[in-house]
Amino acid sequence: MFDFLEGYDVLGAFWTTVQLTILSAVGSLIWGTLLAAMRVSPVPLMRGFGTAYVHIVRNIPLTVIIVFTSLGLADIFGVTMGSRDFDVQGFRLAVLGFVAYTAAFVCEAIRSGINTVPLGQAEAARAIGLNFSQTLRLVVLPQAFRSVIGPLANVLIALTKNTTVAAAIGVAEAALVMKEMIENEAQVLLIAAVFAFGFVVLTLPTGLIFGWLSKRLAVKR
Amino acid sequence: MSSVLYDTPGPRAKQRNVLLSVVFFVLLALLLWWVWQTMDDKGQLRWALWKPFTESQAWTTYLLPGLSNTLKAAALAMVIALPLGAVFGIARLSDHQWVRIPAGAVVEFFRAIPVLLLMLFANAFYDLYTGVSSEQRPLYAVVTGLVLYNASVLAEIVRAGILSLPRGQSEAAMAIGLRKGQTMTNILLPQAVTAMLPAIVSQLVVIVKDTALGGVMIGFTELLNTRGTLAANYGNVIQSFVVVAVIYIVLNFILTSFASWLEKRLRRSKKSTGAVLGADDVEDINAGEVGGTPATGAGGGTI
Repeated sequence: MFDFLEGYDVLGAFWTTVQLTILSAVGSLIWGTLLAAMRVSPVPLMRGFGTAYVHIVRNIPLTVIIVFTSLGLADIFGVTMGSRDFDVQGFRLAVLGFVAYTAAFVCEAIRSGINTVPLGQAEAARAIGLNFSQTLRLVVLPQAFRSVIGPLANVLIALTKNTTVAAAIGVAEAALVMKEMIENEAQVLLIAAVFAFGFVVLTLPTGLIFGWLSKRLAVKR
Repeated sequence: MSSVLYDTPGPRAKQRNVLLSVVFFVLLALLLWWVWQTMDDKGQLRWALWKPFTESQAWTTYLLPGLSNTLKAAALAMVIALPLGAVFGIARLSDHQWVRIPAGAVVEFFRAIPVLLLMLFANAFYDLYTGVSSEQRPLYAVVTGLVLYNASVLAEIVRAGILSLPRGQSEAAMAIGLRKGQTMTNILLPQAVTAMLPAIVSQLVVIVKDTALGGVMIGFTELLNTRGTLAANYGNVIQSFVVVAVIYIVLNFILTSFASWLEKRLRRSKKSTGAVLGADDVEDINAGEVGGTPATGAGGGTI
C-alpha cells in the first residue's frame, strides 16, 4: 500500500524541514531580540527603526522575501552565502529569508511580553533603590520571559509551517518532495495524508510542550 | 517619557541617549550608503530599469491584472471560508460531544498543516478527479487551499468571539426562555460578529499574503507571478521586486489600519459589551496552537 514511498527520501525531506526550522528559529530569536531591544529603547531613532522594520516586513508576503533571496540577492547581487553548491546555497538563502521575516514576529512577541509587566513593578523596584540593571535583571525580565513563552511558541509553530515556502526556491524540504511525488504517483490522497501527518507530528508536540510550560510558568497576578 | 524599563531621563541619561542616537544614525547611514553603492555597482539604479513603472503599459499588462487576481482569490477565499468557519466554530461550542469533538479535530488538523500543502493537494486533486479546465485550475486550487486553512482559523475566531461575550448575555437569554438555537442566532451571534470584525479584517491580510504561494508553486497568475513575466520582459528583477513589495505593503497597511480603526471604535462604543477580538488574537490563532488554545479562550490575555 505504501510502495509509492520508494524512491523518495521523505524522512530526509522532513529532516531538512526540521533543520530549516531550528536554524531559522535561533537566528530570528537573536535578531528579533535585538529589534525588540530597539523598539523599547529610550532612543527615538532606534525605536523608529524597529517600528519601521516590523511594519514593513510583516506586510510583505514571506514568499516574496524567499523568492527575492534567490532571484535578487543570489542572481543579481552575487550573494553566495559561502557556497557554490546550489543546494547548500538555496538552504542558506532560505534561512536568511526566514530569519528576516520571523524576527519581526519574534520582536512583537517579546515586546508584548515586556508590556505585560505592570508599571508598578518597575516603580516599586526603583522606589526600594534598585538601579537600572538590577530592576531589569531581578524584577522586569524574569516576569517578561515567563509571559513570552506562549507567544514565542506560537511563532515557532508558525515558522515550522512557513518553512514549506522554501520549496519556492528549490530547497528539497517536505513541500517540494510532496509536489514531486504528487506529480509522479497516482495515490494523491495517501501522499497528502503522509505529509499532513508529518506536520502534525512536528507541530503537535511543540504546541503541547510549550503550552504546558507557559501555563506552568505563568505569573499569577 | 517613562516606561516599565526606564524612568524619565535625567541630564546624564539624556546625554547618553543623544550619543546613542548619533552612533546609531551613523551606522544606519553607513548601511544605507553601502546598499546604495552596491546597487550602483551592479547598475541597478539606471533610470531605464525604473522607467517602465512610470508608464501605463507595465501596470495595465502585468501588475494590475496580477493584483486583481490576488484580490479575487483573497475575496473568494474569505467569502467561502466565513460561513464554513462559522459552522465549525459554533459546532465546537456544542453541548453534544459527538458534534464538538469531530468539529474540534477537523479544525485543529487543518490549522496544523501548512497552507502550501493544502494548495498542492487541491491542485492535484482537481487535476485527477474533476473536469476543471487547466486555465481555471490554479485559481480553484489556491482558493481551496486558502478556504480549508482559513475556515479553521475563522472557526477559532468565531469561537473566541462568542466566548468573549459576557456570560450574562446567554444567561439572560435563557432566563427569558429562549432555546439554545435562538440564544445563538438572536443574542450571541449578532454581538460576536461585531466583536470579530477587526479579527476578520486582520485575517484578510494573512490571506492576501498567502495567495503569493499559489503564484510561485502552482502557476496562479497573481501579483508575484506576473512580476516574473514583467521582469523577463523589461529585465528589471530588483526593481519589480521593490514595486511589488510596496504594493503588498500599501495594500496590507490599509487593511491593518482599517482593522485597528474598527477595533478602537468598537472598544469605545457604548452600545456593545466592549468585547473585541483584535489583531493580536488573530496572530495567536494563526500559529495553530495545537492541543489546547490557551491564548484564544474567553477574554484571555489581550482583550
